[in-house]
Amino acid sequence: MPISRAWSSGFSRVRSELRLCRGVRGLLLCAVAGATGAMAGMPDTTRQAALVHMVREDCGSCHGLTLRGGLGPSLLPVSLQRLTAEDVAAVILHGRPGTPMPPFLGILDADEAHWIAHQLRQGFPQEPARP
Amino acid sequence: MSLLRKLLSTGLMLLAAASAMAAEVPEPRGSGDLGIVVERASGSVLVIDTSAMAVLGRVEGLGDLSHASAVFSRDQRYAYVFGRDGGISRIDLLTRTLAGRVVQAGNSIGGAISQDGRMVVAQNYEPGGLKAFDAQTLAPLADIPADYGEGRRARVVGLTDLADGRFAYALFDAGEIRVTDLHDPGHPQTRRFPAGKSPYDGLATPDGRYYIAGLFGEDGLALLDLWQPEKGVRKVLQGYGRGQEPLPVYKMPHLRGWSVANGRVYLPAIGRHEVLVMDMANWQEVGRIPVRGQPVFVMARPDGREVWVNFAFPDNGAVQVIDTLDNRVTDTLEPGRAVLHMEFTPRGEAVWISSRDDDRVAIYTTGTHALLKVLPAKSPSGIFFSARAVRSGF
Repeated sequence: MPISRAWSSGFSRVRSELRLCRGVRGLLLCAVAGATGAMAGMPDTTRQAALVHMVREDCGSCHGLTLRGGLGPSLLPVSLQRLTAEDVAAVILHGRPGTPMPPFLGILDADEAHWIAHQLRQGFPQEPARP
Repeated sequence: MSLLRKLLSTGLMLLAAASAMAAEVPEPRGSGDLGIVVERASGSVLVIDTSAMAVLGRVEGLGDLSHASAVFSRDQRYAYVFGRDGGISRIDLLTRTLAGRVVQAGNSIGGAISQDGRMVVAQNYEPGGLKAFDAQTLAPLADIPADYGEGRRARVVGLTDLADGRFAYALFDAGEIRVTDLHDPGHPQTRRFPAGKSPYDGLATPDGRYYIAGLFGEDGLALLDLWQPEKGVRKVLQGYGRGQEPLPVYKMPHLRGWSVANGRVYLPAIGRHEVLVMDMANWQEVGRIPVRGQPVFVMARPDGREVWVNFAFPDNGAVQVIDTLDNRVTDTLEPGRAVLHMEFTPRGEAVWISSRDDDRVAIYTTGTHALLKVLPAKSPSGIFFSARAVRSGF
């Protein structure tokens, strides 16, 4: 099963990187992983709107506008059940080696990746309707 | 009332009735200069006129149109739009109405129309495989699962029509090129060819002789000679990345719609900000052209004098033009934010470019690259003109 191997090896790699970075940004990551969902360093509302647009439209080129999947897997809450928000944020930032999922580090910062991960797990917001 | 007056008034009434009838009959027109612009977020398409450079109307109710593509009936009256949600919508370009729709899969990526125009074929991710439908009624004709391994089904990419009712495509998960003969849709015949790791799209050359699949998982492309398929797949442009770490790819390149110009094939590199140039006589690399970002569409102008290139996020605000004599970038345009697609008019005097985030389509003349006109569209993506009906592989 090459795909599941890629999954697990990708995750163990990013998990170990996260442990490293937890030292630096420990407060933030713990806050994100916390059950309350309260987040330090949450993107402001303008940036949130830009992130929603980016996920729906640009991530949507592989995962679909509805995030039900395409070349990339489904990103609906039911599909992400077995992953923590931390896992999801790690995949966003570092990609999944051996698959087409690219790293977004440099385009997104850790706060933004965590905000997106959190929203995905809750059911990702729609873009506001256009006139 | 005198007889004369009676006759006169009857005559006038008849005249009035005749002119009213004439007003109800629409002016006959051709459809060779019509086309559609996909509005991806709203599940609608605009019907456009490339001669008038105008929007004629909007057709709605087409479902999820992220990654939608279209083919045309050979009379160029109907567009078949393949949506992400597995929907196939048949649109009458003349009446601008939905003339049929089926939802045939859970997750679809595009489709093709047979050489004789009688059959449309969808390429599906979920469940992985092909499905063929009658082009007039959309009644199902054939179901060809993309089986591989033990009971698994692969996602289908790069579907293209070939001569004699055959179709070529590639399987992303199974690393194969397949050719299915649908000449007799009741008895589809499929041949399988190992192709390489993770083919992400494919194209057939204009004569339909060669099928080329781009490989995501390998530094190279897979080439199949469809006139001599028994010779199997040959790898070309192997090692074009020269062992360097690939750059992140934020959108998969598209190969569909050949870009053959001046005896050469122009192809997007993957994980490199380059357009690769290959000589069709011997399939050797003859050059690589540095460009702005990860190329997505590399499209030859119909006469082959230029190749126009757009890019993946985050460089998707630019379009670059390559001169095919010099093989270098001669112009960089900024048609708007998030350029998703380009389409040349049938003989190539103009190109229409969609800008998703600026809600518009920009029309440029290909002679001087001057902006001719801007049309409003809601989150536009693919642009497809009816002249595709007469080109194999479109």
